[in-house]
Amino acid sequence: MELTQFLNEAWLSRGAIWDGFVMTVAISALAIVLGTVLGLFVGIALVYGWRPLRFLVRLYVDFIRGTPVFVLVLASFYILSVVGIDLTAFQAGVLAITVFCSSHVGEMLRGALAAIHRGQTEAAMTIGLTFRQTFLYVLLPQALRQILPTWVNAATEMVKASTLLSVIGVAELLLATQQIISRNFLSLEFYFLAGFIYFVIDFSIERLGRWVERKLAYS
Amino acid sequence: MAEHLLVIENLHKTFGATEVLRGVDLNVDSGDVVSIIGSSGSGKTTLLRCVNMLEDYHEGRVLIDGEEIGYTRHDGKRVRLPNSTIARQRALTGMAFQTFNLFPHLTALKNVTLGLVKVRGLAKDEAVGIARRWLDRVGMLDRQDHYPSQLSGGQQQRVAIARAIAMNPKLMLFDEVTSALDPELVNEVLNVIRDLARDGMTMLLVTHEMRFAYDVSTTVIFMHEGRIHEAGPPSEVFIRPRTPRLAEFIQNSSFRA
Amino acid sequence: MGYQLNFDAVWRNFDLLLSGLGLGLALAVVSIFLGSLIGLVAAFAMVSKNRLWRGLAVGYVTAIRNTPILVLIFFTFFALPQFGVRFDKIESFVFTLTVYAGAYLTEVFRGGLMALPRGLREAGLALGMTEWRANLWVVIPVMIRNVLPALSNNFISLFKDTSLAAAIAVPELTFYARQINVNTFRVIETWMVASLMYVAACYLIAAALRRLERRLAIPR
Repeated sequence: MELTQFLNEAWLSRGAIWDGFVMTVAISALAIVLGTVLGLFVGIALVYGWRPLRFLVRLYVDFIRGTPVFVLVLASFYILSVVGIDLTAFQAGVLAITVFCSSHVGEMLRGALAAIHRGQTEAAMTIGLTFRQTFLYVLLPQALRQILPTWVNAATEMVKASTLLSVIGVAELLLATQQIISRNFLSLEFYFLAGFIYFVIDFSIERLGRWVERKLAYS
Repeated sequence: MAEHLLVIENLHKTFGATEVLRGVDLNVDSGDVVSIIGSSGSGKTTLLRCVNMLEDYHEGRVLIDGEEIGYTRHDGKRVRLPNSTIARQRALTGMAFQTFNLFPHLTALKNVTLGLVKVRGLAKDEAVGIARRWLDRVGMLDRQDHYPSQLSGGQQQRVAIARAIAMNPKLMLFDEVTSALDPELVNEVLNVIRDLARDGMTMLLVTHEMRFAYDVSTTVIFMHEGRIHEAGPPSEVFIRPRTPRLAEFIQNSSFRA
Repeated sequence: MGYQLNFDAVWRNFDLLLSGLGLGLALAVVSIFLGSLIGLVAAFAMVSKNRLWRGLAVGYVTAIRNTPILVLIFFTFFALPQFGVRFDKIESFVFTLTVYAGAYLTEVFRGGLMALPRGLREAGLALGMTEWRANLWVVIPVMIRNVLPALSNNFISLFKDTSLAAAIAVPELTFYARQINVNTFRVIETWMVASLMYVAACYLIAAALRRLERRLAIPR
């Protein structure tokens, strides 16, 4: 391979790569934020929900977790239009990954809440905190710290899952890369470049997560 | 007749098929220090936990300053009060646990201020002032910014006691507060409690520290099979037990007069 | 709106979906076996004293785990043939999934090795076994049993990852679902059935693997 040729091509396609990168970050960030918010409600419903609600949410979580993300993306893309919900491919894709993220965050939160020692609730109750206060000030902060490492890991999974949107035509980093390759046939080099950019994104998230974890440590 | 601070009437409680409390009656007056002793399974911890509704009970009443705790009567039937009311009533008592149960994500100071701000609605400055005063009282002021994981068991328990007392409860409940501690840490906690007793704090404590119960109590209660088997001033209960059951229990304990 | 559910078209093509499910399972089985071999070697490299081996293993695991699998799939399928590597699409996918699984399994096995009591290997050596034999006959069998639950989880997620083979037209479940979707326009029914098949398969696999774990568990 000609390194100068690759560098030249890379320079020429810098705009497309940048746009793809921005799209990837947008998809991932949206899905992670929305999925986490939804997931917190899912987790709360799994632990404290009224029985029939708990059952429905459990069904939702198990169904989503048993289905490949790729199937979620395709289903979301194809199904929503026939039921009259007009979403762009971008929106349908983000929705699928959000749903995927929410089921994982929900399950994490459920596990973390269930693992908190009963004495914490009792101690909170004995100083007169209501259930809502106990949850907000005692249980939730502990559970969130507990799930932080797993959550960071899930966040990197969402970045990886964002590549699936290339298949439904969202011009994120992977599709941008493929388009570049279809012009210059430097598949090895540009897949490498794409892989490297994903690596940098995931690695940065992981580092950021470790840093936050250290900041929040009980010390 | 002056009203008792705490009245327990005919308290019954079952766990499944086992009846843990079989009709307990007890009056505690302001300033009393009542120790509950007895072998494990005698119902002493359950009794304590019924006083602040950590356990529901099936029959009987608990009154603090004349107010019935946890339930109300409706056409002669017992109805559980709404959780928000029970939450308010729980603040009438303070409790210290065997396992401390400090909030691990909060510093010692914040453990104490949480209830002051969220339950009593004090301004932050005022809450911090009260919290610092009580942390000082239990000898933990210099550790106010430490997290529970950075404190020894004895230190954690002292903070937990400060957390409970800072809420200004009418009655303190101590549930085997030294049982989980290494022997060399027991005294620092007992000294805090002794100090509070001297100040006239009303307390109900479940304990295995017989010597301590003998020293601080105004009344000692011996529980056996869900009932108060014998009660009286420590000098009688420990020195001149009337029933063979209590005599045997004292004999087998570490207590030496 | 006004969409009427009608499963006829899906049932007519159900044998295709089933064959796709079967292929997906086969792909996952082959990949977890081959991936385990890579994982074992890389895990021993990771705990070895040799810095070069350790560096190579860490590099492999870090690179693969931080790269989206779809990029790896396309890389193998589109870029490697330039270098004279001749793959059909199934071989290409199995190769990718194996390399991918290997990285995750390395972590599993490394954790398993670290959790073993020191004395285990030493006991083997004390019996006069060589280092290799002690690993092969004592360390690995004990470690594998300890990490079985993690292996099961990995297998289930590998099985779900086989859906991505559709992206290079490997005829597995997702590929057929998409085909039926496009040919019949029974959109909702197709994806409903396909995802239920995945969910059911995952559930059954999990149940079967739990039984296997119990059978193989070391009695305590």
